[in-house]
Amino acid sequence: MSEATPPGQSPPGEAQPDEAALAGQQRLQEQVVRTGMFGTETTGDTSGYGGLQVRRAPLPSTPRPYGSYFDEITDALATRLEASGSDFGDAVERVIVDRGELTLHVRPEHLVEVARLLRDELALGFELCGGVSGVHYPADTGRELHAVYHLLSITHNRRIRLEVSVPDADPHIPSLVGVYPTCDWHERETWDFFGLIFDGHPGLTRIEMPDDWKGHPQRKDYPLGGIPVEYRGATVPPPEERRSYQ
Amino acid sequence: MGVEEKLPSGILLTTVEKVAGYARKTSVWPATFGLACCAIELFAVGGPRHDLARFGMERASNTPRQADLMIVAGRVSQKMAPVLRQIYDQMSNPKWVISMGVCASSGGMFNNYAIVQGVDHIVPVDIYLPGCPPRPEMLLDSIVKLHDKIQNMKLGVNRELEVQELEQARLRRLPLAADLAASQPHTGPTLLGTPASLPPPGAAPAAAPGATAGQPAAREAGR
Amino acid sequence: MTTDASAGGPGGPSPGADTSEGAEGRVYNVGGQDWDEVVRAAQEAGDKTDTERMVINMGPQHPSTHGVLRLILTLDGETVVELRPVIGYLHTGIEKNMEFRTWTQGVTFCTRADYLSPIFNEAAYCLAVEKLLGIEAEIPERANMLRVLMMELNRISSHVTAVGTFGLELGATTVFLYGLRIREKVLDVCELITGLRMNHAYVRPGGVSQDLPAGALDAIRELIGVMPQQTAELRSLMDANPLYHARTKNIAYLDLAGCMTYGVTGPILRTTGLPWDLRKSQPYCGYETYEFGVPTQTSCDAFGRYLVRMDEIDESVKIIAECADRLASAGPGPVMVANKKIGWPAQLALGLDGLGNSPDHIAHIMSQSMEALIHHFKLVTEGFRVPPGQVYAAVESPRGELGCHAVSDGGTRPYRAHLRDPSFTHLQALPAMTEGGLIADIISAVASLDPIMGGVDR
Repeated sequence: MSEATPPGQSPPGEAQPDEAALAGQQRLQEQVVRTGMFGTETTGDTSGYGGLQVRRAPLPSTPRPYGSYFDEITDALATRLEASGSDFGDAVERVIVDRGELTLHVRPEHLVEVARLLRDELALGFELCGGVSGVHYPADTGRELHAVYHLLSITHNRRIRLEVSVPDADPHIPSLVGVYPTCDWHERETWDFFGLIFDGHPGLTRIEMPDDWKGHPQRKDYPLGGIPVEYRGATVPPPEERRSYQ
Repeated sequence: MGVEEKLPSGILLTTVEKVAGYARKTSVWPATFGLACCAIELFAVGGPRHDLARFGMERASNTPRQADLMIVAGRVSQKMAPVLRQIYDQMSNPKWVISMGVCASSGGMFNNYAIVQGVDHIVPVDIYLPGCPPRPEMLLDSIVKLHDKIQNMKLGVNRELEVQELEQARLRRLPLAADLAASQPHTGPTLLGTPASLPPPGAAPAAAPGATAGQPAAREAGR
Repeated sequence: MTTDASAGGPGGPSPGADTSEGAEGRVYNVGGQDWDEVVRAAQEAGDKTDTERMVINMGPQHPSTHGVLRLILTLDGETVVELRPVIGYLHTGIEKNMEFRTWTQGVTFCTRADYLSPIFNEAAYCLAVEKLLGIEAEIPERANMLRVLMMELNRISSHVTAVGTFGLELGATTVFLYGLRIREKVLDVCELITGLRMNHAYVRPGGVSQDLPAGALDAIRELIGVMPQQTAELRSLMDANPLYHARTKNIAYLDLAGCMTYGVTGPILRTTGLPWDLRKSQPYCGYETYEFGVPTQTSCDAFGRYLVRMDEIDESVKIIAECADRLASAGPGPVMVANKKIGWPAQLALGLDGLGNSPDHIAHIMSQSMEALIHHFKLVTEGFRVPPGQVYAAVESPRGELGCHAVSDGGTRPYRAHLRDPSFTHLQALPAMTEGGLIADIISAVASLDPIMGGVDR
């Protein structure tokens, strides 16, 4: 859209545009995460759905109050962070409450501090860490690699999720092995599959793939690696080359 | 292998083959290479209901040196492949391989970077057993078929003749439809994929048409 | 060591073992009755030169490593000084494969991760998908009952196999056979209900794939009838067996602090005395309505874990009995969500050529309802779309907390489905449990952890 006025503001002298048009303009400003209905360009696509563009809304953040025990946790965390000299807004980028789960998007520099507070403070008491899971969002330039930590509090019977985002160009996250030793193998696995480098890990080596493997298999730019399957004279292409809905 | 390899073809050799075959098939010791889900069904075959001891095979030899049969039960990952080959090499002749389950036979449902698409890429396989996982009865069936194969295995001179005959039969075999399709270029889109994913026309398939039967050396010897 | 008959006889050992440095290394002259001297001399020699430590590789193909687990041991005699587990020999790329299939097809992949108790992988994944869809409240009650039934059946078969292979690895093959006998009966019932003995792909997002066939309730009741006697027979082999006690008591010790450090859950955590069970603390699929206990022990050792597993089998039998009663009294009902845009459309029936769409269903979609045909078509070819977001759903599998972290980008395929497998986490604790012990204790330790390498490597 080549309008001079940003969305949400009407050009001078015109009537206020209605909500639907505003929403439409905003939608068109969002980034495109997926094109095409069928996810592969191997066959001639006459359906017309090849031009489909799926857009993703910008990063959301849930406004207060969060509901259930989430407010308690974030307040307790904010208090402890302030007591130890950090700012809650610095450490935690965003808070998302979605589908009954609390996700704190933590900045990498503050990850260890936040995790330590979550573990040690009695009011928070997240003793158990479920490990790290990596996710690769290639469309999110500047924040492609996410590391997701799930924490469980046995004392309070609660769950919380921490998410850290780093760019592909500098995929360094401080290691949580000093706080939750169980993250040892999980971080190795995440390095193996995504290329996320955990600074401070005692021995960040490949764990699932052979030691001399090249590449990080679960990234989106790594192919699935299947081969065409031949059966009774017909050949079926591997899953990532097949024409199927995305 | 022994004296039996040096006997001349004849009544004596056939008798020895029968006796040796009988002895070998009734004294198979499996080297269980239980890897994944099929290994659990392998345990079940050793259990009381489907009793592997009926063949005398319940004594799974944990050392490959004393094993005759390697049952590759489960998916073979890229990391495991050299280990598999090493264990196979450590087995002494005569040895047989059953690839149990679709993952061992062809990669199964895991058509990806991590799984070897069939252990016949690594070891020669005697019996392919499909299933995900195959029922214990299916494994027993495959073992019975293997016993048949062992019983009828030829030795010495007869074996060499047999190998030559098999090779000639393969060379005479009529081509599969894929070879025909590959030799006639088809440029439009197909339901099953672009021609790019089909083998290119003119690539030498494993079994060439019978016209070139006179070049056995260029082909891999049949087993 | 060479034996020198002239160096001294019984009753007259020379003070200090007779040693000399020969071409082949240190030579000890042993006269008899001087074992202490020889050992002392060898130890002194060992202190002066390099420590006599061996590095032994155990696995990945080894009868006692519960699958393809490789252990690199540094041994000082029989004592384990260092143990390093190496995994990855069964890495299948399940998670990446799931990104190329629809949400429903993902079930058949994740079920093969922890292959000894496949229903739990399916349940964790489907709970995650349902959470993403927001249809948790709409799952029909009958579907939840069937899920609980199948999960508890899988729990029994998994525990019985764990105990059986524990016995097998310690050399007690009878235990293995008794365990497999029980397992065959349980798998018979599983096959009757789901169609497969293992890797059932029974739990689907929205419910389960099909309802109980005729005769299933009778088969379940028959199973429950024989279970107590069969488990009692299995227990009688080990509960009071002095050999078993010697191999498992005070072996592989991991207390509560150790469990928290390593993120260990499941029977191992319950052996430390903490009654933490997700079925009680964060119930799912209606577990809060069932009457069952959470068995614990306080010994923190391998024997305690065995007792916890056997007690859990008894609790599972109780739950299955309750399920059977409820299913009988609940009467027929749907086993898939009512929302036709999500619920798997096919009603399966056994026909002449096998299991397939029932003629009623075909008649419905072909001649009665265009909408049903469209739903069937869209669901089978495209699958349903899941609103974007991420969730984590956890179930209490026989090994511990099995979680599924599912991320959706709004499409028909999982953007990322990660299985947080308990065996993966527990294997990290193996060095802590075994270093300082003997080699034979490693076998007990690994068996008491009950890792399934499919879940470890995925």
